[in-house]
Amino acid sequence: MTLSTLIFVLSITIQSSMAVLFASIGEVFTERSGVLNLGVEGMMLVGALSGFATAQATGSLALGVLGAMATGGLLALIHGAFTITLRANQVVCGLALVILGTGLASFLGRPLIGRVGVRFLPWPVPILSEVPVLGPVLFVQVPLVYLGYVLVPAAWFFLFHTRPGLNLRAVGENPAAADTAGIPVARTRYLWTAFGGALAGLAGAYLSLAYTPGWKENMTSGQGWIAIAMVIVGLWNPWRAALGALLFGCVNAFQFTLEARQINVIPSYILRMLPYLFTISILVLITRLQQVRGRGGAPASLGVPFERER
Amino acid sequence: MAAIAVRLKGITKRFPGTLANDGVDLTVESGTVHALLGENGAGKTTLMNILSGRYQPDAGEIVVVGSSVRFRSPKDALRSGIGMVHQHFMLVANQTVAENVALGLEAPRFLLHRGRMEGEVRRLADTYGLPIDPHARIADLSLGEQQRVEILKVLFRNANLLILDEPTAVLTSGEIAGLFATLRRIVREGRSVIFITHKLEEVMEIADQITVLRRGRRVADLTPAEVESRRELARLMVGREVVLGVDREPVPIGDVVLELRDCSGSDRQGHRAFHHVSFAVRRGEVFSIVGVAGNGQTELVSAITGGACFTSGQVSVFGRRVRAGQPFAEERVGYIPEDRTGTGSVAGLDLTDNVLLTTYRRLSRRGLLRRHAARRQTEELLARFHVAAPGPHALARQLSGGNLQKLILARELSKRPRLIVADQPTHGLDIGATVEVWRELLRQRADAGILLVSGDLTEALSLSDRIAVIFRGEIMGVLSANDSEALAEIGPMMAGVRQA
Amino acid sequence: MMRPRLERRLAPSAAARWGGYGVAISLALGMGGVVFLLAGADPVAAYAVMARGAFGSLHDVSEVIVKAIPLMLCGLAVAVAAKIQVWNVGGEGQLVLGGIGAAGVALFLHPYLPSAAVLPLILAAGFLAGGLWALLAGVLRAKLDVNEILTTLMLNYVAIFWLEHLYFGPWRDPMGMGFPGTAMLPENAWFPRLPGTRIHPGIALALVAAVLCQVALSRTRWGFEIRVIGESPKAARYAGMRIGRTILWVMFLSGGLAGLAGMAEVSGIHYRLQQGLAVGHGYTGIIVAWLSRLHPVGIILTGFLIAGLLVGGDQLQTVMHLPSAVGLVLEGTLLFFVLGSDVVSRYRVRWGAPHP
Repeated sequence: MTLSTLIFVLSITIQSSMAVLFASIGEVFTERSGVLNLGVEGMMLVGALSGFATAQATGSLALGVLGAMATGGLLALIHGAFTITLRANQVVCGLALVILGTGLASFLGRPLIGRVGVRFLPWPVPILSEVPVLGPVLFVQVPLVYLGYVLVPAAWFFLFHTRPGLNLRAVGENPAAADTAGIPVARTRYLWTAFGGALAGLAGAYLSLAYTPGWKENMTSGQGWIAIAMVIVGLWNPWRAALGALLFGCVNAFQFTLEARQINVIPSYILRMLPYLFTISILVLITRLQQVRGRGGAPASLGVPFERER
Repeated sequence: MAAIAVRLKGITKRFPGTLANDGVDLTVESGTVHALLGENGAGKTTLMNILSGRYQPDAGEIVVVGSSVRFRSPKDALRSGIGMVHQHFMLVANQTVAENVALGLEAPRFLLHRGRMEGEVRRLADTYGLPIDPHARIADLSLGEQQRVEILKVLFRNANLLILDEPTAVLTSGEIAGLFATLRRIVREGRSVIFITHKLEEVMEIADQITVLRRGRRVADLTPAEVESRRELARLMVGREVVLGVDREPVPIGDVVLELRDCSGSDRQGHRAFHHVSFAVRRGEVFSIVGVAGNGQTELVSAITGGACFTSGQVSVFGRRVRAGQPFAEERVGYIPEDRTGTGSVAGLDLTDNVLLTTYRRLSRRGLLRRHAARRQTEELLARFHVAAPGPHALARQLSGGNLQKLILARELSKRPRLIVADQPTHGLDIGATVEVWRELLRQRADAGILLVSGDLTEALSLSDRIAVIFRGEIMGVLSANDSEALAEIGPMMAGVRQA
Repeated sequence: MMRPRLERRLAPSAAARWGGYGVAISLALGMGGVVFLLAGADPVAAYAVMARGAFGSLHDVSEVIVKAIPLMLCGLAVAVAAKIQVWNVGGEGQLVLGGIGAAGVALFLHPYLPSAAVLPLILAAGFLAGGLWALLAGVLRAKLDVNEILTTLMLNYVAIFWLEHLYFGPWRDPMGMGFPGTAMLPENAWFPRLPGTRIHPGIALALVAAVLCQVALSRTRWGFEIRVIGESPKAARYAGMRIGRTILWVMFLSGGLAGLAGMAEVSGIHYRLQQGLAVGHGYTGIIVAWLSRLHPVGIILTGFLIAGLLVGGDQLQTVMHLPSAVGLVLEGTLLFFVLGSDVVSRYRVRWGAPHP
C-alpha cells in the first residue's frame, strides 16, 4: 500500500468515526448518571434533519449545528420526562423515541431530500497540518472533527477530576447516597440526559453538514445504535468509547476503500455488513473480558428509576 | 442544666398501609449518647430519617438549639449540624474513600484535588482514631471499615449530632469496643449521638439516656440507672410480659436428614467464605447456626440449597449426595430464604402463583398446570395458617411482611418436607407473627429435621436442640441447648473465642 | 405550597388503566391533529381520509388484514420475549431470514419434493431460519450476558444486507430483465388467497399463534416459568428454574414467529424475494406488543388497528399528498402516551402534606 493510500484510509477512518464518537460520548454521560437512553438513533436523525434545515434556512453552519443540538436535547428531555419523573420503562421509552424520531424526520424531511445546501469544508490547521503523515490525517478535517479531538479529553477530565463530574457519577452508581449527600438526583439526570441528546444531535449535524452532506431518509444507518454499543465497549470511559468509535471508523474505511478501488474480493453487500458484525464481535469480546476481570461494569443504578420515599 | 441539642415535638409520619410515627416527642441533651430502643418496625429509623432530613413529617416540629427548623433534604439537616449513618451504608461502592467523603461538600466547587482531599481525610481519621486508607475503593473494604467511612463523612461536615442506625449489626465485638470508644470521644467534645438499636446489652453499656418506641409511639424515657432489669426494658419494647421462649416438648430424634462433611466454599468474589464445616441434622431436632451477620452463613446456606457451589467437601440430603450447584426446589425439602420479598416470593404475581413457585412441578400434569387444584390449595393454606389476605388472586406485594412469611412457610410446609432450612425466618416480624412461626417450626419436628440460621440468640435458644456458632466461616463449637454452662460461651464464641 | 408526588399503588388499578388508554388515545389523536396542521392540512379531513382509506370498503378492510398479518406475528415475537425480560428488537432481521429460508427451500429444493410437501416444508423453513437467527443473539445473552438489544439490532442490518446480496447477486432471476429480485417461487409454494382479496392463510397462522401463546403462558408449566423468570430471576433460581435454557427456547420461539411473518409475506404476497420485504414490520411489532401490554389476544386487535393506521396513512399520501410517514409519527406518539398513562395505573398522585 502506498503512503498516499495509507493517509487516505487513515483520514477516512477519522471522518467515519466522528458521528459515533460524538453520540457515544454523550451517551456515556447520560448512562453514567443512571439513565439508559436508547433513543440516540432517533435523536441523531432528527438532529441531522434540523441541522441541515436550519443551515439551509439561515445560511449559517453554526446555527445549523446549534439547531441540531437543540432538537436532540429536546427529544432527550422528553425521554427524561417519561423515565425520570414518570418512571416509565426506559427501554420501551427509548425505542419509542427512535420510532417517533425516525418517523418525524421522514415526515418533515420529505421536501428536503436531494437538496444541495451549505456544508462544512475541511480547514487545515496552520503548522500542524504540515507534519508528515499525521498532519494530513489529523489536521486537515472539518472543524467539527477538531471539536471532537477536544471533547474526548475534556469529557474525561470533567468526569473524574471535577465536582460536577463526581456528582454525576455518584448519581448513577448510588442515587440514594447522592440524594443523602444533598445532590439533586432528578435534576442531575435531566441535565445529562439532555446533554447526551444534544451530542447525538451534534452527531447528526456532522452527518448532514459534513460527512454525507444533504438529507436522506435513514441516513444514520444504525450509527446511533453503534454509539450505544461503544459505550459498553468503552466500559463507560470516554477515552475507550472514542477508541471504539475509531475502530468502527477503521472498519468503515476499510469497506469504503475496497468499494472505491473496486476490489471485488468480497461482494459489496457482504462488505456493508462488516461494521455491524464488528460491533457484535467487539461487544462480545469486551463483555467477556469485563466479566473475567470483574471490574468496570455498568453504573450500578443504570436504568433504575429513583424513588426517595419507600 | 444541660443544653438541649435537639427536640422533636409531636412527629407523625404515615406510609401507605402503616402509621410509622404517632406524635413522638424526643429530647436530646448535648454531650450525651441517647439510645433509641425498640423492636423492628417500631418507627425508630423513620423518626431518625425525619430528623436527618431524608423524609418529611406529616405533622410535628423539629427544634435545633432553640429554633424551629424545617429540613427539605439531608443537606439542610447537615447544615444545621445533624448527620446520619444509615444501617445500609450510603456509599458509592465504585469510588474511593476520599471521593465518598467529599461527595456533597460545598468546597472545592469545581476542580477536585485528589491528593489534597486524601490528605485531609487521613488527618481527620487519625484525630478520631479511625484507621482508614483514603485511596481505597469502598468495594474492597470490610463492613466495619465502611462504617468508619460513614462516620468520617458526618464528622467531616462538622456534625453536632450524629445519628447511628443499628451500627453494631455488622461489627465483631472488637470493632464494637472501638466504635464505643470513638463515640465517647465524640461526645466528650460536647457533640451528641443518637444510637438506634434493639439490643438491650448495648443500651446499658453506652447510653446516657434511653427512649423506648413501640408501634410508632414513645412509651418511655429513662436513664440506665433507672432501669431495673433487662426484662423490664424488653417489656417496654414489646408491650407485654415477654415470653422469652416457647414451650418446647422433647421429641424423639430420628435419622440423619442433612449432613455436611468438611465443606468449604467461597463467596461471589472468590474469597473463602466458610471452611471445614461439618455437622448433621436429624429428624426431630432443630439445629441452629448462629453468628453475627457476615460470617459466612449466607454463603453456607447458599451452598447447601444449591445456589452456589462448594469448593470441597460432601453434602448429603436424606443419605444421598447432593451434586454441587443443584438446587432442591421440591423433593420433600422446604427452604425458607432470608429474602422473603425478592427471593422467596414474586411481588408482582398473585398468591396462587406464589404457592406454585416451589410446588408447580408436583401440581402439573403433562405440561399443563392444574390451576384449579392450585387455587384450592392456596385457599386452604391461607385459612390454615391464618394469613390475612384478600384471597388467592391478591398480589404478593399486597401482603404485610408477617403474612408474606406465613405464606412462604405454608407453601414450604405443604410439601410435607423431611428437611426444612429456615434462614432468618422471623427477621423483621412483630412478636405475634414471630411466635406463630416458632410454634409452627416446632410442630414440624414430628416429621422433619430443621436447620435454622439466625442472628437472633433468643430465637436460637428458644427453638434449638443444638446450637452451632459460626465465626469467620468456621464452626467454633456445637452446644446442646440443655447445657446452660456451655451456653454462657455463646457470646465469646460469636466473637471468635474458641470453646476451651 | 402543596407539591404533587407519585406514590406506588399496592395493586394496579384496572379502572385507571382503561381510563388511561382512553386519555392516551385522545391525546395522540390531538397530537396527530397538530402534526397535520404543521404540514398544512386540515386535521378533520385528514383523519376522514385515513378512516375511509382503511375501513371504507370491504376491499379496504381486506387490505388492512393483509397488512396486519406480519404485524401480529412480529408483535407476538416481541411479546413472548418481553415476558421474560428479553428485548427482541430483531424482528425485522428474523422476518427477513424467514423469507430467505422459505424462498431458498422453495426455489432450490422444490424439484426434489412432492408437491404437497412444499408449503409445510417452507413454513417450517421460515420458522427455523427466523428462530436460529434470533438464537444467535439468544446464546450471546444467555451464556455471555451480552446485551440482546444491541446484538439483535445489529443482526437486523446484517440480515437486510444479506437479503439484498442474495436477490441482487447469486439468487437473482436471470430472466428478470434487470429488475432486482429472485425468480418467482413455484406455484405450489404460493399461499392460496381468499377470492377477490389478497388475504392468505397467514391470518390463520397469526390467530393460531396468538391463541397458543396465550394458552402456553397462562396454563402450562413452561409458561409459568417464563412468567416467574420475567418477574424475578432471583425467585426463579430459588425455585430451581433453569433460566439460561428458558431464554434460549423463548428466543428461538420469538425469532420463529417473526420468521413465519417473513415466510408469509414471501409466500402470500410477493411470491419472490425482492425489495419490499424489510419495510419495518419488525419495529412496528414492538409498538403493537407494547400497546397491547404483551397480551397475545390484545396483539391481534392492536395489530389490526395499527395496520389500519398504516393503510390510512398510505391513503393520505395518495389523496392529500402528505408523506405516509405520518402513520409512523402517530404510532410513536400513541406509544408515548400509553407509556405515560401506564404510570397512572401503577402510581397514585398524592399532594405533599401542608407544612405546620
